Amino acid sequence: MPHLPANSLPHRLGRTLRTPLGVTALTACVLLTLVAVLGPVLLGARADQVDTAAIDQGSSAAHLLGTDDLGRDIAARVVVATRLTLELTLMASGIGVGGGLLLGVAPAVLGRRLGRLVTSAVGVLVAFPGLLFVLFLATVFGVGSTGAVLAVGLATIPPVARLVQNLTASIDGSDYVAAARILGVGRFRLVVRHLLPNIAEPCVLFAAQAAAGILVAFSGLSFLGLGVQPPQYDWGRLLNDQLNGIYVNPVAALAPGAAVVLTGLVFGLVGEVLAQAGGHRAPQERRQAVAVAPTATVPTATGPRPDGPDADALVRVRDLRVSFPGGREAVRGVSLAVGRGEALGLVGESGSGKSLTALALADLVPHPGQVSAGEIRFDGHDLRTDPRLGTTLAMVFQDPMASLNPALRVGRQLSEVAEVHLGATRSQAAARAVDRLAAVRIPSAARRAGQRPHEYSGGMRQRAVIAMGLMGEPKLIIADEPTTALDVTVQQQVLDLLAEVRADTGAALLLISHDLAVVAQVCTRVLVMYAGRIVEDLPVAELARGAAHPYTRALVGAVPTMATDPDTELATIPGRPPEPAEHGHGCSFAPRCALATGRCLGTEPELAAFGSGRRVACWHPVDPIDADPIDADPIDAEAAS
Amino acid sequence: MATAATASASMAATPTRNPWAAFALRRARRLLVSLAVLVTASFAMIHMIPGDPVRAALGTDASPALVAAERHSLGLDQPLLRQYAAFLGNLLRGRLGESISTQLPVSQIISSRLPATLEIAVPAFVLILLTAVPVGMAAAVLTKDGRSRRGELAFTTATGVLGAVPEFLLAVGLVAAFAVALPVFPVASQGGLSSYVLPVLSLTVIPAATLSRIVRVETLRVLGEDYMRTARAKRLPARLHYLRHALPNLLTSSLTLGGLLFTSLLAGTVLIENVFAWPGLGATIVQAITEKDYPLVQGIVLVYGAAALLITFAVDVAVALADPRSTIRGS
Amino acid sequence: MSSLELRAVTVRYGRFTAVRDVDLLVPEGTVTGLVGGSGSGKSTLGRAVVGLAPVVSGQVLVDGGGLGRRRGRGPVQLVFQNPYASLDPRMTVGATVAEALPRTGRAGRTAEVARYLDLVGIDPARAALTPDALSGGQRQRVALARALAARPGVLIADEITSALDVSVQGAVLNLLRALQRELGFAMLFISHNLAVVRYLCDQVAVMDDGRLVECGPSAEVLHHPDHPTTRTLLACVPTIPQAEEAS
Repeated sequence: MPHLPANSLPHRLGRTLRTPLGVTALTACVLLTLVAVLGPVLLGARADQVDTAAIDQGSSAAHLLGTDDLGRDIAARVVVATRLTLELTLMASGIGVGGGLLLGVAPAVLGRRLGRLVTSAVGVLVAFPGLLFVLFLATVFGVGSTGAVLAVGLATIPPVARLVQNLTASIDGSDYVAAARILGVGRFRLVVRHLLPNIAEPCVLFAAQAAAGILVAFSGLSFLGLGVQPPQYDWGRLLNDQLNGIYVNPVAALAPGAAVVLTGLVFGLVGEVLAQAGGHRAPQERRQAVAVAPTATVPTATGPRPDGPDADALVRVRDLRVSFPGGREAVRGVSLAVGRGEALGLVGESGSGKSLTALALADLVPHPGQVSAGEIRFDGHDLRTDPRLGTTLAMVFQDPMASLNPALRVGRQLSEVAEVHLGATRSQAAARAVDRLAAVRIPSAARRAGQRPHEYSGGMRQRAVIAMGLMGEPKLIIADEPTTALDVTVQQQVLDLLAEVRADTGAALLLISHDLAVVAQVCTRVLVMYAGRIVEDLPVAELARGAAHPYTRALVGAVPTMATDPDTELATIPGRPPEPAEHGHGCSFAPRCALATGRCLGTEPELAAFGSGRRVACWHPVDPIDADPIDADPIDAEAAS
Repeated sequence: MATAATASASMAATPTRNPWAAFALRRARRLLVSLAVLVTASFAMIHMIPGDPVRAALGTDASPALVAAERHSLGLDQPLLRQYAAFLGNLLRGRLGESISTQLPVSQIISSRLPATLEIAVPAFVLILLTAVPVGMAAAVLTKDGRSRRGELAFTTATGVLGAVPEFLLAVGLVAAFAVALPVFPVASQGGLSSYVLPVLSLTVIPAATLSRIVRVETLRVLGEDYMRTARAKRLPARLHYLRHALPNLLTSSLTLGGLLFTSLLAGTVLIENVFAWPGLGATIVQAITEKDYPLVQGIVLVYGAAALLITFAVDVAVALADPRSTIRGS
Repeated sequence: MSSLELRAVTVRYGRFTAVRDVDLLVPEGTVTGLVGGSGSGKSTLGRAVVGLAPVVSGQVLVDGGGLGRRRGRGPVQLVFQNPYASLDPRMTVGATVAEALPRTGRAGRTAEVARYLDLVGIDPARAALTPDALSGGQRQRVALARALAARPGVLIADEITSALDVSVQGAVLNLLRALQRELGFAMLFISHNLAVVRYLCDQVAVMDDGRLVECGPSAEVLHHPDHPTTRTLLACVPTIPQAEEAS
C-alpha cells in the first residue's frame, strides 16, 4: 500500500489549504501583504499631509477616522503604518526564533559539558518575565526602532530556546537517534539528518505564535513611548498618540488596536494551518460514514452454550457489536456466556477486538465507540439499562500505574468504593481497605494504604487494583491483560492471586490476553478471537492437541515451548492480523490459512457447535482425531480430512 | 527472588531522606544562582550602554563639571570590581542608590510606589484563578467526547480571540467604553474603590481567558487518563469523580502555569498603569527609562526580577508538595 | 565473525548500580541468551556494550580488543525492542538502511540497500516508504537490516519480539536464526521469554539484581538449573498443558 504521495508534506499542505481554515488564512495573508506593500505607495502622501485647519476632528466624510493633533488623516496613517509594523515584527521574530533555534539545538551539538552550561543558562534566563527583559534591553540599547527590535528580538530568544531544547531532548533520547549513534553518525550529521526534520513542524508552529507575541510586545513598547519614535510611526505609536484624545475621538484610538489584534489573529491562523498540514491534526480523508448495517439477515446461529439452556449463566451476551465512526467494526457479533464461578479466557492478537468486548461488558467503551447487542445480561439484569460495577463486577486493566490515580492515596481509592456503594462509614471503609490489601498479600498493608501509587512496585500496584475489586463481593472479575506489563515472576504471583481469589469468593473470571499460555494457566475454557469475531470455543485441556480452527492451531504452534525441538523452524503464520477497517466478505483468516478454499474466501463461517461443549467458526475445522500433534508446520495440518 | 526494582522505585524507596526537602534544597540552590545572575545583570546594565550614560542622562548641554560630579556620586569612576563590591554591599543594606532626576533615594521611591502596583496585581491574580479554573473545568466537562461541538467552537473562539488581544488594548478599549460611552468608573489615577475596577479588570480578563483555555485542555487530558476510567468503573457520583479524582491531577500543571501567569502579570502592570495613569512601579519605570534615570531603572528591575524568581520558586515548591512525583524526576 | 567479552563490567547511573561486576564471554559465531526479571540489568548490559549506558569500570572487548573511543561505527550493533520508536519517522526505509552503509560511493548504494532489505524479507520496492506505512514486524525487519548493513561482528537483540504479535514473532525469530547462521556474527539475545531463549541460544546467562548469577550451555542451565533465580524463572514460565499432564 504505497503511502508516499498521499502523505507527503506538500500534499498535506495542499489539502489543508482547501479547508475553510486554510482558505481564510491564505486570503488573510494575501490581504495583509497587499496592504503592507501598497499602503505607503497609495496613501503615503495623504498620511503625512498636515492640515492645521482640521486638527483633532472626529470621524467625518473627509476623514474616516478623524484627524490627529496635526490634522493628519488617521485612517491613512493606520494603513501606512502596516509596513513598518510588519517589518519590525518580522525582523525581531527573525532574531528571536533564529537565536532561539541556535541556542536550543546547541546542547545537542556541543556535547555534555558545554551543553549543560547552555541549558542552565537558558533556564535561568527563562525565569524572568519577557517584558522585564525587554525593558532591561531597551534601557541598554536606548529608545527607538533599532533598540526596540533588538530588545524584543533578544528577549524572545530564551523562551524559544527553552522550547527547542525540550523538543530536542525528547528526540535525543529516542531509540532511532541512539541507533544512529551506534552506527557512528557524527554529532553534526545527527542534528541535521535526524534532529532538525523532527523538530521542524512544532518549531514552525511556535514561530507563528511567537510572531504574534512579538507584534504585541512591539506595539506595547511603542505604546509606552520606548519603541518607534516620531516622525516614524507604527500602530503602537499611533495608539499612544491617540490615547489622550480618546474622549473626543475614541474610534481613532481603537483603530490601531484593532489592526494589532487582527494581524495577531492572522499569524495565529497561519500557525494553525501549518500545524494541521504538519500531519498531527491533518483533516481526515472524508470517509463515507457507513451506517453499521445489521449484518444480513441471519442472526447469530447458536446462542452461547449449545448444550442445554444456560439460563443461570452469570453473563450472557448475544451478538455484541462495537463500531467506530467511519464504518470500522472492531467487534462483529460476539456471543458468549460465563458460568458462575467459571474461569474463561479470551485470547486474541491486535485487532481481534478482545479488549473492546470486555469493555463493552463493563460499559466502558471509550468515545466514539458505539455498542449494540442482542442481549447483554449479568446476573439476571440487562446491563444496558442497569449497568453494574462498583461492587459486583470488578475490572483489572493492563497498566496498573496508569489505572491508579497518582494524586490520591491507595487506601482512599479503595475505601471510597465501600463508602459510595456499601454505605460504610469512613473508618469502616478504611479498615476494609487495609484488610483487602492484606488479603492480596501486600506487606505492611496499613502503612501501604497511606502511600501513593508511585511508591508501589508494578506487581504491588496490580495487586492493589485487584484488592480494589474485592472491596465488594464481586461475582465477576474481568482482567484485561493484567500481567502483560509485568515481569515473568511477578506475573506468576498475580495469576496465582487471581486463582486464589476465585477460590475464596467463588467469583467468575474473564481473563483476556494475547498469551495463550497465560490464559491456559488459569482458565478452564478459552475463546479465541480473530478480527472481531470468536473463531473457536474450547476447553483448555484440548488446546495442545485438539484445537479445530487453523488459527488456534497455528497460534499454539507458533509459540516455542520448553519442549520445542530447536532444530526445526518455528511455525509461522504468513501475513499479519487485519485492521478493523479491512474486513472483507469471507473468513477473515482465509488470506493466511493453509486450508483456505474458495468457499472460505467468499462466505464467512458462523460459530457452530463442534463436538460436545465446543464451537468453531470454520468451513474446514481440523478433526482432532485425525490431526497430527501441533508443533509442526501448519501445512501438516492439511493431512486432516 | 528477583527483586522487581526499577530505578525509579529504588529512588522512591530511599528510606530516610525526605524527597521533598531534597527537591526544595535543589530548587533553592537554583534560586540563588538566578538571583546572583539578576544582581550582576542589573549592575552591569549601566556599563553595557554604548556611549556615556551619565551625559545622556543629564543632557547634552550639561557642563563637564556637572557630569563629572554625577559620575563620581554614582561611583562610576572607580575600578569595575570595586564598584561591584560596593553595589553588593549597598544592596545587602537595602540601599539602591539615588535617582539622577530627583536625587531621592531609589528605595524610597520604590517603597512609595510598590503598594499601588500590588493593589491591582494581587486582586487580579486571585480573580484569574477563581474564574479560570472553574470555567475551564466546566467547559471541559461540557464539551468532552465531542458532546457539544458548537459549545467547543464558541469557547475556543472566544478564549482565542480574547487571548490574542493585548492587555493595553483591552485597557484602552475599556477606557473608551467607560470614559466616553458609560462614565461609570473613573479612568485615570488612583482614587476611591471604583477606580480600581477598570485596572484590575484589564489585568484579569485576558490571562483568565488564556488560563481557562489551558485548564480545559488539561482537564480533557486528565479525563482521558486510565485512572479516570477506573474511577468510572467504580461508578462514583459525579462530584467525587471530578473533584476528588480529576482536580488534584490538573491542579499541579495549572498551578505551574499559574505561577508563570503571575510573573507575566507583574509585567502587565507596567502597561496598564500607563493607560490608567496609575501611580505604581510600572509608570515609574517607563518614566525612568525615558529620562535615562539609570539607578532608578536598576532598582525597579531588581525588584521585579526578584519578585518573579521568588514567585516561581514558591510555586515549584508548592507543586512539589502537592505532587511528590515531580521531585523524583530530575528538577 | 567476532567474539564479545565482558570483564568485570559495572554500570552505574548516579547512585544506582544497574550492573555489577559482570564477566561474560560470547564465543565467535554463537548465540548467547541473557535472561532475568525486570530490573535485573539485562537490557542495561546490552546497552552498555554499544556505549549507551555509562560503564564505570571493567572492559568490553571485541575479538580481544577494547572498543575505545572510535570514530565511525563499531563492530557491535543493537536492535531495539520497540519497532515503533527505533526508526526515524521522517526518513524513508531506504535512507534508514543506507545510513548504516560505509560512507564511500553513492553508486552502489541503492543496490546495497535493496540487497539488505531482501535479506530480511522486505520487498526492495518499499525502500521509498516511511515507517508509518509498515507493520510492527516489518519495522523490526528494517531495524534488523539496518543493523546488518553495518556488518557487525556482534549483534545485540534487545527483546526484539516482545512488542510483536505472536503470529508474527515466529517469522522474525526464524529470520534471525537463519541470518546468524549465514553471516556468522556473534549474538547476545536479551529476552524474558525462556522458551524462545532455549530455542535460539547455544548458551544462557541469567542475571539478577545486576549480577550474573548463572551461565552455561542452554540445555544444562534450563534443564538442570543451579541458581535459585534460574529455578524461579523456569517455574514461572506459563505453559499450555499437554493432554498427558494434569492442568
